[in-house]
Amino acid sequence: MLHEPAVELGVDYASKKKTRLGLILFFVYAAIYAVFVIIGLSYTHLMGVKVIAGLNLAVVYGMGLIILAIVMGYIYSLICTHMEDKMEKEAKQ
Amino acid sequence: MIYDVSIWAIVIFLLFVAAVLGLSFYFGAKTKSAAGYYAAGGNIHWGVNGVAFAGDYLSAASFLGISGMIAYAGYDGFIYSIGYLAGWVVALFLVAEPLKRLGKYTFTDALDARFNSRAIKLTAAISTLIVSIFYLIPQMVGAGDLVVPLLGLPHWAGVLIVGAIVIYIVATAGMTSTTFVQFIKGALLITFATILTGYILNNGFSLKPTEDYHQFTEIPASLHEGQVVAIDSEQFALKGQVKKGDDIFVVLTDGAYDTWFRLAAKHTEQPILTEALSITLTAAGERLYNGAPKAEERFFQVGHMSKIVYKGEEVEETGPLGPFEFLSVLEDSEVVIFKRTLFDYEGDRVTVFYQEPTPGTAVLKPGLLLKVGADASLWDKVNFLSLMLALFFGTSALPHILIRYYTVPSQRAARKSTIVAIAAIGFFYILTLYLGLGSMVGGVNDLESSNMSSPLLAKSFGVGIFSIISAIAFATVLGTVSGLIVASSGAIAHDFVDKYLKVPMTDMQKVRAGKLAAFGVGIFAIVLGILFKGMNVSFLVGLAFAVAASANLPSILAVIFWEKTTSRGIAASIITGILSSVIIILLSPSMFERYGLLPSQAPIPFDNPGIISIPLSFAVVIVVSLVTQKKN
Repeated sequence: MLHEPAVELGVDYASKKKTRLGLILFFVYAAIYAVFVIIGLSYTHLMGVKVIAGLNLAVVYGMGLIILAIVMGYIYSLICTHMEDKMEKEAKQ
Repeated sequence: MIYDVSIWAIVIFLLFVAAVLGLSFYFGAKTKSAAGYYAAGGNIHWGVNGVAFAGDYLSAASFLGISGMIAYAGYDGFIYSIGYLAGWVVALFLVAEPLKRLGKYTFTDALDARFNSRAIKLTAAISTLIVSIFYLIPQMVGAGDLVVPLLGLPHWAGVLIVGAIVIYIVATAGMTSTTFVQFIKGALLITFATILTGYILNNGFSLKPTEDYHQFTEIPASLHEGQVVAIDSEQFALKGQVKKGDDIFVVLTDGAYDTWFRLAAKHTEQPILTEALSITLTAAGERLYNGAPKAEERFFQVGHMSKIVYKGEEVEETGPLGPFEFLSVLEDSEVVIFKRTLFDYEGDRVTVFYQEPTPGTAVLKPGLLLKVGADASLWDKVNFLSLMLALFFGTSALPHILIRYYTVPSQRAARKSTIVAIAAIGFFYILTLYLGLGSMVGGVNDLESSNMSSPLLAKSFGVGIFSIISAIAFATVLGTVSGLIVASSGAIAHDFVDKYLKVPMTDMQKVRAGKLAAFGVGIFAIVLGILFKGMNVSFLVGLAFAVAASANLPSILAVIFWEKTTSRGIAASIITGILSSVIIILLSPSMFERYGLLPSQAPIPFDNPGIISIPLSFAVVIVVSLVTQKKN
């Protein structure tokens, strides 16, 4: 399959900051995911508690994890783009 | 099961598959020159590219397996959706950008970037091959399941058809998985899943899910010292019984056929036997469905509710429901789950599927399939944790997913594409909850295979949508299987024979070696697809994730984040990850059942290896790297 790079990448001035941001967001999400796993594993009765709009915690938390992934991904992208623009500008100056 | 075959369904199916394949070949031919491909890659909008990511990732296993698992086990199937999507977070935040910054374009290249090591080339090739094969199994099983209701062919024929088409494609022309084709497949899959969800919500719930739904028989029985001694029926006579755990299963005969029942209400004044379904493998090797050969069509589709509570009242049907209302009504109601048990009776091996009325609250939280909570044993909990770990870390360790990230023009576009992909996949995974629950109560489930719930649900809504959805799933299988076979044959012919063994070959010989390898892997995949018939494909994908996470992720993270990593550490970690995960899987209860043995005889008491193999592989890359510092 022709899976090849489309273009060569330029210098990435923001790489260290982006890596750190990625690590922070990863640990935040992993912690929220871990709480979900712990509740599912040992406090299963809590999963049946109705939380909002007649939906229980299991459904709300599960869908919440999916939506949170999208939101955090969007925030990550916004901040990374901002960092790249700013540091590229600084490097050129 | 035997299904009525519709000519129109076959015609629409063939036209659709032909159109998707035709597009694949058309764009494949157009993009065979690297320049053309690069130009297209550079110009494609990140939104289109993002949906293409989704098309690549949402294999038939996602569509068929997850919704099927939800249809049989409720929320436990949705846990796979959650885990698969959470895995994208790991890929986006931890792996993708740093790996891309290494300036390499495949997982093997990236691992080997700092070392140029033969050991890494060899182990990475083995890993690619093993992960691809583990990923191939569910695709082939899914393909086999698809053709049963559509074309009226047996499961093995479906596996053979897909295998033969893919081997032909790969060995003659090669198949290019272009961004545009993946975009079309991804968009179609999401669009039609949305339409199907619309049908489900519009229909709401009904105690009689389909017009010709089976009426289950209930028979009053008399008990003495825990045994059924008499029944109140003019149609049936008592023939025998089996006690399994707390349950009593009773076989009754109407003179022509044997039917299994379960003693459902044994502690009440009037014990009741409820009708079950059965598949019996007789001592003579004959397979009987509800007491008769398959051709007599006594096996039927199931899935219904025993109580619907809507706006505080018990009702026969609800009419159209909103998406949140659908879930809350289900939670307040009662669903009949079909549980499966296996025992020996007079030399026959009997599988019984019995009715278990289950409160909606239990359906919409973990516990029907994955044992959790106070009743779970230590090993049950280990199994759950292990699964969640493998799902979380698996996505970022799949070579074919990582590769996609490198096809976009800039890091910025790559991030945007990934977010579109996460949004599209996330939306699809939320739909799987509705597709699965809709099937669970829609009277369409085939108890022989949990993979066909969604297409069969579509069939209950109309031939058109059924054949289109089946065609999309089938075309997706073809695309995924082609890609995996190309990757596997590449690992054998290119990485192993050419780069590792350094066998001198001309270009022609290299191409021939690749085709031979593709042929070999294709045949192997066909055999595995037939052997694994009946297993849920999402469960199988979960195992593939565990193998990938164990074999690849520790090495990838070590290369990215730890400067002391050595080539020997990486090679040892990959081998440890593969061996430990594959050995645990082969000795697990699910596999023992596959071997025809009792699951309780398995030496490893849980199915998912991640909790042992992932940390072990991490430990090995650290220890071996520290020990081999000077040698590097």
